[in-house]
Amino acid sequence: MSELRELYQETILDHSKHPRNFGLPDGGGQVGEGYNPLCGDRLTVKVRMEEGVVTAIGFTGSGCAISQAAASTMTEAVKGLSAADIEALFARYHALVTGEDGEADLDLDLDELGRLAVFGGVSEFPMRVKCATLAWHTLREALAGRGQLARTEE
Amino acid sequence: MPSRAEAITAAPSVSLDRVRAAFPALAQKVNGHPLVYLDSAATALKPQSVIDAATAMYAVDCANIHRAVHKLSQRATAAFENARAKVARFIGAGAAREVVFVRGTTEAINLVAQCYARPRLGPGDEILITGLEHHSNIVPWQMVCEQTGAKLVVAPMDDRGDVPLAGIEARLGKNTKVVAVAHVSNALGTVLPVRAIARLAHDAGAAVVVDGAQAAPHLAVDVADLDCDFYALSGHKLYGPSGIGALYGRAALLSEMPPYQGGGDMILSVTFERTLYNDIPHKFEAGTPHIAGAVGLGAAIDFVSEVGLAQAAAHEESLLAYAHERLGAIPGVRLIGTAPKKIGVVSFVMESAHPHDVGTVIDAEGIAIRTGHHCAQPVIDHFGVPATCRASFGMYNTTAEVDALCAALGKVNALFG
Repeated sequence: MSELRELYQETILDHSKHPRNFGLPDGGGQVGEGYNPLCGDRLTVKVRMEEGVVTAIGFTGSGCAISQAAASTMTEAVKGLSAADIEALFARYHALVTGEDGEADLDLDLDELGRLAVFGGVSEFPMRVKCATLAWHTLREALAGRGQLARTEE
Repeated sequence: MPSRAEAITAAPSVSLDRVRAAFPALAQKVNGHPLVYLDSAATALKPQSVIDAATAMYAVDCANIHRAVHKLSQRATAAFENARAKVARFIGAGAAREVVFVRGTTEAINLVAQCYARPRLGPGDEILITGLEHHSNIVPWQMVCEQTGAKLVVAPMDDRGDVPLAGIEARLGKNTKVVAVAHVSNALGTVLPVRAIARLAHDAGAAVVVDGAQAAPHLAVDVADLDCDFYALSGHKLYGPSGIGALYGRAALLSEMPPYQGGGDMILSVTFERTLYNDIPHKFEAGTPHIAGAVGLGAAIDFVSEVGLAQAAAHEESLLAYAHERLGAIPGVRLIGTAPKKIGVVSFVMESAHPHDVGTVIDAEGIAIRTGHHCAQPVIDHFGVPATCRASFGMYNTTAEVDALCAALGKVNALFG
């Protein structure tokens, strides 16, 4: 059960039951749609950039505890960040949840990840990595503005 | 030789302990707990006799079939064709040549779609399926519709997960050329009245294709009694190897159909000007087949026959009744699919947790179930849920394993509730 507790930490359970920034912000912004064909999870993320940084962000959709908590924590983590900051943060987060920080040589700094560090337990559950990254892929797709459906990578 | 019904009912009674001892995978621990395997609808575990039979085709009788005159090739060919005869007997086919070895049910249905339906259908024609089909009995027909201009018609599923016969009858007409139905729903376990469907379909002049992937391991299948034109099954769900399956087709229809793929073994003679195709079933088996898989499938049929399909089915039915009762009593559990006639499949959702979280939590207890849309997205959409948990039984499962599942679901409620 210890790995399970690592995965479903209190913060993750709290965010999944009471997701922050649930609902799409009014006004302008870029929208991304995400889909995980493995579990059928669908997610919509809307983000507004002003003067190069995120000023409003929200999401809707349904999914497992990991995917809901990942979307909720992401929306909190990226406020005030530029697109480049988000890419850098995602690279660290991705390394954390896949357990590939050694290979990526990112010098994983949990302080920089802040609250996102609670997703460290995901790396023990390779089948759940996609749950933890769907929201991020969807946000990146929204920022890229290509209008493509974001898919979790293999 | 005894009739098929006699062979099934006269089968000796084999104890559950002896059945379990035949499956080496059951001896392992998962995450520190004895494995509780409740995912037989995805793939069934394999008895040692199947593993040994398949292995022997590599370790001993390692040769290509239908080719060389040497001893090993003779033995391999005999074993392969013997397996075909076993499949034919197991499903009540009139002749072994009516059984085509394929990779599995998916390939079998694609073969029928491309070689039977595609050459015959055109704009205005209709293919009738039901609302509870697996993607493998939807997509191949959609492809034929795209290729020919035919239309896909769907007989709806009701809220119990059943397909009322009236809904099928109402959609049959002079334009219906193919009726393709599951014998048993993979997502819900519903058993469809295939014989009655076949009668209606034939009255309308349509050919009947049955997806038997989930039925063959649990029901006595008799294609003559069902009066279907094609019947598809997969070895790996029948306690046999993966990568092998069988398509039954009426000899007259198979003979009329063009080949599926071109290559070796499917020809009588080849010149650059003209090729003569081989007889059925070889016409549909281009290239070296999965010889060890076919022989393993034959061994699986021997094993199932030894245990007795009727005995296994009765055992699974009692497990299903017990599981329905126990799971239904767990707070927040909603059973999905409550048709009156089902095999041992229990689909459910929990109020407290998403199916993927349920799957992960109970995996920590060594319990394997399937979570997701089960390759039957329209079924899951019908019930307004994103996914379900599915526990499915094989002949080796026990009531104690149902108890273990229920205890683990209690832990899910404790964690997420």
